[in-house]
Amino acid sequence: MMQPTRRATLFVTCIVDQMYPEIGEATAVLLQAQGVAVRVPRGLTCCGQMALNAGFRDEAYAVAGRTIEVLRGQGDIVLPSGSCTAMIRHLYHELFHGTPHQQAAEALIGRTYELTEYLVDVLGVQDVGAHYAARATYHDACHGLRYLDLSRQARTLLAHVRGLELVPLPACTECCGFGGLFAVKQAAISGAMLQRKLANITSTSADLLITGDASCMTQIAGGLKRNAAPVQVRHIAEVLVGR
Amino acid sequence: MATQMLPFYDRVEDALQNSTLQHALERNMPRFVALRAQALNKLIDEAALRDQARAIRAKSLARLDELLTRLADTVEARGGHVCWATDGKAAGQYIAELAQRQAVKSIVKSKSMASEEIHLNAQLEAHSLEVIETDLGEYIIQLSGETPSHIIAPAIHMTRQEIGQLFQEKLGMEPTEDIPTMTRTARRVLRQRFVQADMGISGVNFGIAESGGMVLVTNEGNADLTTSVPRIHVAIMGIERVVESLDDLAVMLQVLARSATGQKLSVYTTFLSGPTRPGEPDGPEEFHLILLDNGRSRILGSAYAEALMCIRCGACLNACPVYQSIGGHAYGGVYSGPIGSVISPLLQPDVPDVHQLPYASTLCGACQEACPVRIALPDMLLRLRGDAVQAGKVAPGEQAAMTAWQATMNNPALYRAGGTMASIITRLVGGREGVLKQLPPPLAGWTQHRDFPTFAKQSFSERWAAQHGTDEEPQ
Ligand code: SF4
Repeated sequence: MMQPTRRATLFVTCIVDQMYPEIGEATAVLLQAQGVAVRVPRGLTCCGQMALNAGFRDEAYAVAGRTIEVLRGQGDIVLPSGSCTAMIRHLYHELFHGTPHQQAAEALIGRTYELTEYLVDVLGVQDVGAHYAARATYHDACHGLRYLDLSRQARTLLAHVRGLELVPLPACTECCGFGGLFAVKQAAISGAMLQRKLANITSTSADLLITGDASCMTQIAGGLKRNAAPVQVRHIAEVLVGR
Repeated sequence: MATQMLPFYDRVEDALQNSTLQHALERNMPRFVALRAQALNKLIDEAALRDQARAIRAKSLARLDELLTRLADTVEARGGHVCWATDGKAAGQYIAELAQRQAVKSIVKSKSMASEEIHLNAQLEAHSLEVIETDLGEYIIQLSGETPSHIIAPAIHMTRQEIGQLFQEKLGMEPTEDIPTMTRTARRVLRQRFVQADMGISGVNFGIAESGGMVLVTNEGNADLTTSVPRIHVAIMGIERVVESLDDLAVMLQVLARSATGQKLSVYTTFLSGPTRPGEPDGPEEFHLILLDNGRSRILGSAYAEALMCIRCGACLNACPVYQSIGGHAYGGVYSGPIGSVISPLLQPDVPDVHQLPYASTLCGACQEACPVRIALPDMLLRLRGDAVQAGKVAPGEQAAMTAWQATMNNPALYRAGGTMASIITRLVGGREGVLKQLPPPLAGWTQHRDFPTFAKQSFSERWAAQHGTDEEPQ
């Protein structure tokens, strides 16, 4: 392994931590392979999005405030999630405005990156040397797309994966219908949106759906499984560590 | 109409089960989205034009008092009358009294969301005044006894077949599904009404402070007749719809037409300047401008002021995957889609389940992306949810679940104990049961449409700690 040149704190997010640990591991491997020294602070839990999304500002403030404290310090912070990165970069401004955490929040915002953005825009990587044999299509997760301008980064990285044929997904920027508690509170609308997404995915005859957010994965994979559609779902980090 | 009396969740179920509505939405929505995209792509600098439009709206709101006063003064100097209506009732009262004073019997109306907002037709009908809508879409829903399901396309929820049947029943038209035949039938009926009417009521797309003029954009030309044939013209304008100058107007008209229907400009852009002056060939003898507040000045002074930048183009409805799924009526109010979910709770905070509307969004951001003036609709939806919770409008069990969530997330030992997410999700989902008795058991809400993954046996952080120890040194 090359000599580490940068240090990054890996914040895998609560959903990856508890439900998809393999995505967290893939992210760490990817970063280390680029010469980044990875640190995972003990006690890092959640960005607070679930509560804020549901309207529970006080609870979100308490959890996010603690997260800010755990993440205090130097170096970059990398998340394998556009949604949680957008929570920090877009929504922490308002959540912490005029509070004792404001300064720390602004400092955190300035050094927080989503994984594909970090690889392509910060580290200048296009080819991570991956090999993954599949006919794949890519779903743009909403928050990364619209708040972080993510779209080209993932496609650049995937274009260099050997063995991977990337086919366009119709309406790739349309929401999959997850939306946090929306999927539970508005289950019927969420289901209708999901069905449109699934129809678009199956129309491509891809055997692999790649996306950058574990929450969309949960929604889409759950729907594909229910429909018994022969399509695998992977987080982009898992594809990029393919050998 | 009946649908709108039901609780929000039931309205949503109805909409999703209504196959005719689903058919209409599937047919109509993609067309709107494509037309808007094409129209905006043709602009050399779409981003700059939108920035300019946003700046103009911001300026208008910042100087609202001054611009409105200038507008009102100019209108009065030209011989028009101005009514500052604090709410819908005041506006309705003013028009009803005017009609009585002037012995008005028959009223024609062109499309106006402000008048829909204050249920003007019902108010006037209560005074035995007959009001006929002359915009084709509005006329259709007036015949069917519904409210608009879309800001610019009020009857978009209906199929051609349904409209044909309606015309057969109400207008005695021969059975047909031919659109030109239906249009001709409506035109024949409406022409008659225009000639008979003694009062025309219109909306206003923009009021121009500098010149005291008002602008209406339509695609049917019915507004031209509404505002010029009857002897009295009443224009209703939300107080936020003022621009300073003709230059500002030119920018706004460009983004409005492109965002609404994908046109460079709407077919008719009607300039109104008050009562007919000597030497002018036609126009009303009397002109009244109603400046409608109805909660707007309260919004202006709140964290939601940006919502007043809205020019009612409908682009956010078309772009919204939730609107695309359920149509407009499920929102229950006059305004639907993302902008409706923002302004309905602000304009009508007392409607029982109006606080549910901000939750009818995944916060995907497609609305803000489509909005010609880039209104931060998702941020406001989120803020409104926060306000609802602060006001105690939470489902049973939800507060307890969130408190448990906070305790868990802020206590790593508890968080690590495993199964915490699963138990919290279960509790949250369980919490919904109290409100939604009619729906299948809450967990079924998720599992009806998709499977739920199993939680990992060992979390990432545990695996990492096992491999790398618990020290915090970089690996
Ligand atoms: S919020 Fe924006 S997109 Fe929606 S109707 Fe208003 S101006 Fe149009």
